[in-house]
Amino acid sequence: MSDAALPGARIALVGNPNSGKTALFNALTGSRQKVANYAGVTVERKEGQVATAAGRTLSVLDLPGTYSLRARSPDEVVTRDAVLGKLAGETAPDVLVCVADATNLRLVLRLILELKAVGRPMVLALNMYDIAQRQGLRIDLEGLSRDLGCPIVTTVATRKRGIDDLVAQVESQIAAGAINPDSTWREPDAGQIRDAHREAQRILKANVRAPERPDTFTGKVDTVLLHPVAGLAILFALLFVMFQAVFTWSKAAGDLMTDGFTGLGGFVAAHLPAGMLTSFLTDGVISGVGSVIVFLPQILVLFFFIILLEDFGYMARAAFLMDRIMGGAGLHGRAFIPLLSSFACAIPGIMSTRVIDNKRDRLTTIMVAPLMTCSARIPVYTLIISAFIPNRQVLGVLSLPGLVMFGLYAAGIISALGVSFITRRLFWRGAVEPFLMELPAYKLPDPVNVLRSLFLRGKIFITRAGTIIFPMMILVWFLSSFPGAPAGATDPAINYSLAGRIGHLLQPALAPIGFNWQMTIALIPGFAAREVAVAALGTVYAIGNADAAPGALATTLQHHWSIATGLAFLAWYVFAPQCASTIGVVKRETNSWLWPAVMLVYMTALAYIAALLVYQVARASGLG
Amino acid sequence: MHDMLAQPAEALTASDADAIAGAVRLSVARPGDRGVIVDVRAESHPGDHGVGVDELQRRLLEFGFVEGARVEVLHEGAIWRDPIAVRLDEMRIGLRRRDAEDVWVLLDPK
Ligand SMILES: Nc1nc2c(ncn2[C@@H]2O[C@H](COP(=O)(O)OP(=O)(O)OP(=O)(O)O)[C@@H](O)[C@H]2O)c(=O)[nH]1
Repeated sequence: MSDAALPGARIALVGNPNSGKTALFNALTGSRQKVANYAGVTVERKEGQVATAAGRTLSVLDLPGTYSLRARSPDEVVTRDAVLGKLAGETAPDVLVCVADATNLRLVLRLILELKAVGRPMVLALNMYDIAQRQGLRIDLEGLSRDLGCPIVTTVATRKRGIDDLVAQVESQIAAGAINPDSTWREPDAGQIRDAHREAQRILKANVRAPERPDTFTGKVDTVLLHPVAGLAILFALLFVMFQAVFTWSKAAGDLMTDGFTGLGGFVAAHLPAGMLTSFLTDGVISGVGSVIVFLPQILVLFFFIILLEDFGYMARAAFLMDRIMGGAGLHGRAFIPLLSSFACAIPGIMSTRVIDNKRDRLTTIMVAPLMTCSARIPVYTLIISAFIPNRQVLGVLSLPGLVMFGLYAAGIISALGVSFITRRLFWRGAVEPFLMELPAYKLPDPVNVLRSLFLRGKIFITRAGTIIFPMMILVWFLSSFPGAPAGATDPAINYSLAGRIGHLLQPALAPIGFNWQMTIALIPGFAAREVAVAALGTVYAIGNADAAPGALATTLQHHWSIATGLAFLAWYVFAPQCASTIGVVKRETNSWLWPAVMLVYMTALAYIAALLVYQVARASGLG
Repeated sequence: MHDMLAQPAEALTASDADAIAGAVRLSVARPGDRGVIVDVRAESHPGDHGVGVDELQRRLLEFGFVEGARVEVLHEGAIWRDPIAVRLDEMRIGLRRRDAEDVWVLLDPK
C-alpha cells in the first residue's frame, strides 16, 4: 500500500490530568508537533503527526486533561467540544484515545463511560503500566476490554513502550470505521454521575485486584511536604533556591544576549546609512525586541523548575499549602504558579492563568500578576538605589540597599494581595470557587519530557515576542522618533518627538510627585519594557550608552534629582503599568480591551498615589 | 455504629442519611479520622460557592466523593486547619473544608 492509498486520520488524546497524556503525546509524535491556539480562545492546541506501519499519517491532538465532559474551565470546554466535534474549524476525531493511569483507574473509568456515549471509536491506553507492574497490580485486560467495549493497549509513555501497539489498534479501529454519528452524550446530573460511579466501581471490582505492594512512598513524602510547618518551610526554601537560580544561572546568558543585541544594533548602525530606516532597525526593532527577549534565559530557568516540580507532582502540593494564605486575599490556590512565574516576567505568568477554572478567579490573577516584581524592574531599582540609597549597614548585618530591594519586592506582593482582596470584597463578593484538586502520586520526572516542555515554553514566549511585543515596540519607537529634531537643535532628539511633547504636556500632572520633564519623557519609551527607562533616562540626560555605564548615569541623577524624587520614582515603578507587552497579552488572554484598560487605569492610579505619598512625606522629612 | 457499616452503602439515599446516627460532615474531620461516605448533599452555603450547590455536588461526585467510598483525612493546612488532604479509596485529594461540608461520613470507631 502506498501513502496515497490511505487518507490521513485524526485521533485525539483524552484523559484525567496527570495520566501521562503529554508524555504519551511526545512518545507518539516525537518532534513532529506544533503548538497554536484554538480559534477564538486562548487554549493551547497541541497537534503532532505519527506514521502508522501501513503508511497512513495520523494527526494527533493532545486535549487538556479533564475528569468529565462537563466543561468548567476554558481548557475543558475545548476538550468537550473537540470530542463532540463541535469545535469551530475542527473536524471530529476519527478515534479517541483515552489515556489512563493504570494505577488510578477509578475516575477515568467514569470518564470512559461518558466518552462511550459520544459514539466514536475508542482505544484505551493503560499508561504507567510499569508502575502498575512494580506495585503488583493485577488487571484482567481481556475482561476490562470486554466490559468497556473497547480495545486496551498497555503503555509506558516515558519508555516509549506499547506505542506501536497503540498505533496499530487505532489503525484497526479506523479500518472498522464504527462511527455512530448520533452522540447520546448529555450533561449528567448528580444521579447519573452516581450511577456511572457504581458501574465504574463494578467494572473495577470485577477486573482489577488491589496492588500487592501499594505505593507507600507518596504517603511518606507527604507527611513531610504537607506538614503544616515543615511543608511551608520547605516550600519557601524551594522558592528561595529557585530565585537564586533564576538570577544567577541566567545571568551569563542574559548578559550575552544583551551584548549580542547591542552588538547587532551597533553593526546595523555602522553598516547602514544613518536615517529613519537605521533608527527603526536599531532603536525600534533590535533594541525593542531585544529588551524583551533578554528575559528568555530567566524565563527558561524558572520554567525548568516549575516543569520539574509539576512532573514530580509537587505543584499540586504547593497550591494546597498556599491555598489558605492566598485564599485570605481572595485568590485561588492555583493562582500560585502564575504569580510565581510573574516574578520573572508577567507575560508567561498571565499566559499560565489558563489552568484556573473560574473566570473571576482567573481575571483577578491576571489583574494582579503585573504587580509581582518582574525582572525588568531590577535594572531600574538597581540604578535608583545605587544613586540615592547610601550603602550603609543596618543593625550591623543587613545592607540598606539590600533592605530597600527587599522592601520593593514585598511592596509588590502585598499590593497584589491587597488589590485582589479589595476586588473580591467590592466587586465580586461572596462567590468563592470550590477548591478541589487531585494530589497525584510522586513520580520521577523524565528528562526528555522536561526538556521538551521547556523547549515548548521558550518557543511560545518567542512567538509572543514576535506577534504582540513587536507591534508595541514599533509604536513606542514611532512616538519617540517622530518628528525628528530640527536642524541646529541642542537638546536630545527625543525632546522634540511626540513622546517629548506628551512628556511636556503631562509634566504639570506629574510635578506633585516630584517628576521633572526629563523623567516624564523617559516614561514613554519606558512603556516598551520597564528596563528601557534606564536607557531612556540616559538619552534625555544625553549620556551615551547608559546601560553599559550605569555609574555615570547614577552620578548624573544625583545631581539632577532630590532624594525625594528618587524615592518617588521607585514607588512609581512598583505599581506603574510600564509594559506595553503585558497590556497586549492581557488583551489577548481576556479577548477584550476592557481588562487591559482597567489594568492601565488602576495601576497608574496606584503608582501616582504611591509616588505622591512617598514624595510628599520625603519632602516633609527634609529629603526634598 | 458498627451495624450501620454493615449495611450496603449503595442502598442509602439522602433521606436515609437523615436517619443515620453518628454521621458527621467531612469538613469537621481531623487527620487520622477515617470512615465511609454515607451521603453527598447539595445544601450548604447556597449561592455562596460561585458555582451553586448543585454544581459543587456534581464536582464532588465526579472526584469520587460518592456514597460507599472510604475516606481518611491525611493532612490539614497550617491556617485554620484548612484545606484538608484526604485519601479517597486509592486517590489523594486536597479540598477546602467549606467545600467538604456536604459530604457526610460515618467514622470508624477509634
Ligand atoms: N513511570 C512512568 N511515568 C510516567 C509515564 N507516563 C508519564 N509519566 C510521568 O508522569 C508525570 C506526568 O506526566 P504528564 O505527561 O505530564 O501528564 P499529563 O497527563 O500530561 O498531565 P497534565 O498535563 O496535568 O494533564 C511525568 O512525571 C511523567 O514523566 C509512564 O508510563 N511511566
